[in-house]
Amino acid sequence: MIAVRTLSKRHGDRVVLEGVSADVARGETIAVVGPSGGGKSTLLRCLNYLEPFDAGTVEIAGVTLRPGMDGRDRETLRKLRCAVGMVFQQFNLFPHLTAIENITLAPRLVRGLAAVEATRRGAALLERVGLADRAGAYPHELSGGQQQRVAIARALAQEPEVMLFDEPTSALDPEMRDDVMEVIRDLAGGGMTMLVVTHEMHFAHDVASRVWVIDRGTIVEDGSPQQVVDAPQSAVAREFFARLRRTTT
Amino acid sequence: MARPRALALVAVVALALAGLSCGRRGHGGTWKAIQARGELVWGADVSGGEPYVFEDPADPSHYIGFEVDIMDAVARRLGVKARVAQYAWSNLVPSLERGDFDVVTNGLENTAERQDRILLSRPYYVYAELLAVRAGSPYRSLDDLRGRRVGTLNQTYAHDLLREAGVEVVLYEGDKEPYLDLAAGRIDAVLLDDIIANRSGCGVAGITCLPDDVARGTYVIGIRKADPALKAAIDAALDAMIADGELERILRTWKLWNPRQADLDVQVTQTPSVRARSFDGNQWRLFLDAAVVTLLLSIAAFALAVPVGLLLATMRVYGGPVSRGAARVYIELFRGTPVLLQLYVLYYGLAPYYSLGPVQAAILGLGLNYGAYEAEVYRGALLAIPRGQTEAAKALGLGPWLSLRHVLLPQALRLALPPMTNDFVSLLKDSSLVSSITVIELTKRMTIAAVDLRGWLVPGLACAGFYLVLSLPLSELARRLERRLAHDRRPHAL
Repeated sequence: MIAVRTLSKRHGDRVVLEGVSADVARGETIAVVGPSGGGKSTLLRCLNYLEPFDAGTVEIAGVTLRPGMDGRDRETLRKLRCAVGMVFQQFNLFPHLTAIENITLAPRLVRGLAAVEATRRGAALLERVGLADRAGAYPHELSGGQQQRVAIARALAQEPEVMLFDEPTSALDPEMRDDVMEVIRDLAGGGMTMLVVTHEMHFAHDVASRVWVIDRGTIVEDGSPQQVVDAPQSAVAREFFARLRRTTT
Repeated sequence: MARPRALALVAVVALALAGLSCGRRGHGGTWKAIQARGELVWGADVSGGEPYVFEDPADPSHYIGFEVDIMDAVARRLGVKARVAQYAWSNLVPSLERGDFDVVTNGLENTAERQDRILLSRPYYVYAELLAVRAGSPYRSLDDLRGRRVGTLNQTYAHDLLREAGVEVVLYEGDKEPYLDLAAGRIDAVLLDDIIANRSGCGVAGITCLPDDVARGTYVIGIRKADPALKAAIDAALDAMIADGELERILRTWKLWNPRQADLDVQVTQTPSVRARSFDGNQWRLFLDAAVVTLLLSIAAFALAVPVGLLLATMRVYGGPVSRGAARVYIELFRGTPVLLQLYVLYYGLAPYYSLGPVQAAILGLGLNYGAYEAEVYRGALLAIPRGQTEAAKALGLGPWLSLRHVLLPQALRLALPPMTNDFVSLLKDSSLVSSITVIELTKRMTIAAVDLRGWLVPGLACAGFYLVLSLPLSELARRLERRLAHDRRPHAL
């Protein structure tokens, strides 16, 4: 489903990603962890080309990404973004649209779905994330957790093959995280291919099929949760998980 | 932008109040004061140009003209020196009443309105009202022009005559413009003094001045009501100049001597023109019409400014180097030059190539100008939208046009609504500038009414009242929108 080959990206002199190579099979759920500034979010954003990169290739959901596609290969990018859904740390709902309008906007405009059909599907998605009764609410009338669930439904409305989550619960109060994590867990159980950048230990340990530890632009560990979380090999991973345990308990 | 116009309005009202009180108080000691200081200060507008009072081309710090020669001679006979005080022509009489200078000498016609307000000297020039028409047109008299459009200047005897004649009067601010519009076919005739007609109109290609005088009148010197002693001294000086031929010599020097001037001996009495009117139902209706013009004009101009602004802002924020540069040039050009100039270029400058009607030119001029201001408002609003909105739109597969149309512009417009309301109120008041291209809106109506009613106070207050009535609901609308937006903006706070 995803094949990353020698992906590199720099910001001026600073190396952000350095020769990253990795594969993800259909139905896998990858927890992407590591110290902040290590390149987790950048890697995720490169996978749907929100960030262009300097070298390497990404094959994802049947689309091949190369450096220098931005602004040129619009048709490829459109296909890519229909096949890859993204959920942001800050939700990024459209504040001038209601929950259901947020969800139906892209299916109507990008995929040409009729309004009635888009709304019907959107309502089903809202029900799936537990917000069937809030279809007409504007984002400012929803709690953070509710907004993030609408954002997930919005991404799912494009019927993607891959979902990318960029720290989906970091901006939420603890009591709201569980609702959101529950939705993500359900998706994993349903066989969706997902990459989730997260600091949630429980998620990495209990839900993910694999865990990547990213530091200084490379994947330093890649293995099952049991291997990586319980018995990390690298000093970076050991230190990272130790600190995470201290702060969560 | 609004502030200068608003200030001007306040100034007019203040001036009216000052004029009233000073005029009534007037100590009457001007003649003694002139003798004590050895100087007679007379008000004139040098922008009125040749041959009245104008800057000497050889030495622009120095004024020449037939009125300069006459006043020098009058002062010499009074045993003092004469000095010009420069004032805008339409403010000369109010400024005289305020006591800014001693007398007014600047093509001041002997009209009934002025007789009511100030003392007028004996005449120093007999003018004729000349009718100019396009060469080959059938009009030979004012009667032929009934129901047609005829141009003139405000506060003139010609204006009074035209109103009595049942023609559609078109008022101009400068004396070249009516002849330009006549040549361009926008009006059918121009009625003005022979000096102005000969200077600005009769020689223009395609225009002929009809040989017969429509009416005659005289130029006189204006003196404060409280100064009959000064009037007597000036009258005596002018009488002596006529008797010994000095006035004739001066007029001949300026090629203004003609058989009509024989009437200078006989005191020419002008047909009393329009009598003082009160602020009656008729005036209310005229003001109401003008307010409707102001409102509709402003709405139409703003309806043009919004799409122009959106286009420019989009070009500036998202365009390539060429469209970014083009938008910048447009904005700097329209923001950096006066609206008045832009209106002139559109209405008079373009006339030889494409003749816009005054209302069309007004809407186009104000709309294009305000488009430049709106562009900056929308640009600011577009830049204020969090980056995450663009990223979310991209991640959903929306291309640049769809993101702009469905995600960014709707949000930008909401952010821009309070400043837009502000700009509309400002436009409402700036619309007074279009009187310079003959549209009669509220401010112009006020200046016309001020002549009829013999004072600025009541028309000024009526005008201010109408502007307030038009703009207050908008201010209320702006307040409500701001409140709503403050609420909506919370989720943006990142």
